[in-house]
Amino acid sequence: MNTTAIITAVIVIALLGLILGLFLGFSAKAFHVETDPREEKITGTLPGNNCGGCGYPGCSGLAAAIVAGDAPVNGCPVGGEAVAKKVAEIMGVDAGESIRMVAFVRCAGDCEQAGRDYEYHGEQDCRMAMFLPGGGEKSCNFGCLGYGSCVSACPFDAIHVEKGIAVVDKEACKACGKCVEACPKKLIELIPYDAKYAVACASKDKGPDVMKKCKTGCVGCMLCKKNCPKEAVEIADFLAHIDQEKCEGCGACAEKCPKKVIVKL
Amino acid sequence: MSTLSELLIIAIGSALVSNVVLSQFYGLCPFLGVSKQLKTAGGMGVAVIFVITLASLVSALIYQFLLAPFGLDYLKTIVFILVIAALVQFVEMFLKKNVPSLYQSLGVYLPLITTNCAVLGTALTNVQEEYNVLYAVVNGFATAAGFAIAICILAGIREKMRYNNVPKAFQGMPIVLVTAGLMAIAFCGFSGLL
Repeated sequence: MNTTAIITAVIVIALLGLILGLFLGFSAKAFHVETDPREEKITGTLPGNNCGGCGYPGCSGLAAAIVAGDAPVNGCPVGGEAVAKKVAEIMGVDAGESIRMVAFVRCAGDCEQAGRDYEYHGEQDCRMAMFLPGGGEKSCNFGCLGYGSCVSACPFDAIHVEKGIAVVDKEACKACGKCVEACPKKLIELIPYDAKYAVACASKDKGPDVMKKCKTGCVGCMLCKKNCPKEAVEIADFLAHIDQEKCEGCGACAEKCPKKVIVKL
Repeated sequence: MSTLSELLIIAIGSALVSNVVLSQFYGLCPFLGVSKQLKTAGGMGVAVIFVITLASLVSALIYQFLLAPFGLDYLKTIVFILVIAALVQFVEMFLKKNVPSLYQSLGVYLPLITTNCAVLGTALTNVQEEYNVLYAVVNGFATAAGFAIAICILAGIREKMRYNNVPKAFQGMPIVLVTAGLMAIAFCGFSGLL
């Protein structure tokens, strides 16, 4: 057996490993970059999904911005109040109020409720279906197309298509705003988690047109506005909208709504 | 034949004809893993070009001036693994300190490539073909460019394929492997080039 070869190999590799190890160790010292220790701590606190909902490239990007003072401590829409508090602790400032928001799809016109003008068998993507005549097969030009562009945009698996319309899972939703951006119909809005009632329609058509197209569309009848004790309902373009800051959740509007389009959340 | 035309032949040969992924099947892991989006695939491609070119240079130098003269070339595989791993670590530190902008764009990918077999494969091919340092660097760059081309094409196809109605059994990785196989067949067409 050629023992010299074995011994040479062991010595060479050991030496090489030693040299490289020392070299890396020294260069780690020489090329050490001073980072604010708070930055690492904040990165550890943030959810780590790197969803970009805050507008910065990933969680470490937000952490750097927070330390630099460019972003508020409650800049993470996903982590909400709990994370904001921890970050504020690290930064040594007051967290301030951070209301938990959730996404809400302003359409209730599922397969049974909304009419269809024609059958579509093409590409299953909302942004493509937008270019079809009448903005999709649905009679209503404003309604949810149900091809799930929002579903694929959601990093938290919190939105699903049920009976032809998108439905948000309130508990799983982190209000990152990805679906709001993805929806070509601009149907999704962020509302407070605690909101009691919301108008599940986005149709700006006149009342009679809405009647023809959907069994549960807002016709702009003003009944909700008249019955609201807090003046929280506004109507513009034949469409009711609840101002969640004023709404106290009495439910008078939902009770009076003839189309049952104001839904309890 | 002049050096320049020889280098050109080596470059085209390793970038297209014997493409590192599609005909030698090196570096399949990042090829399949990081090819979901064209943007990240591009980043990976650039990082691979950067690392393989550097690794080719360093390993050729080490082989020519350290291993070969002392008759230690039977240790080349393990020495190259050590040196390349250390090199990538060092490059990462260096970039973080001196070129933060480049680190921002390549940072995520650099550690991923440390143990990529395409890097080691190229270094060993350089030795096998008895290339000198210049030839080794050109070969390394061209091989990595071939990888970048292949991963960008696959990412482009996968971005479009998202809209396709793929049969259930083929969804996910199977259809990607089928696509990669078809790409390999298409790349066979380059074999008449040299």
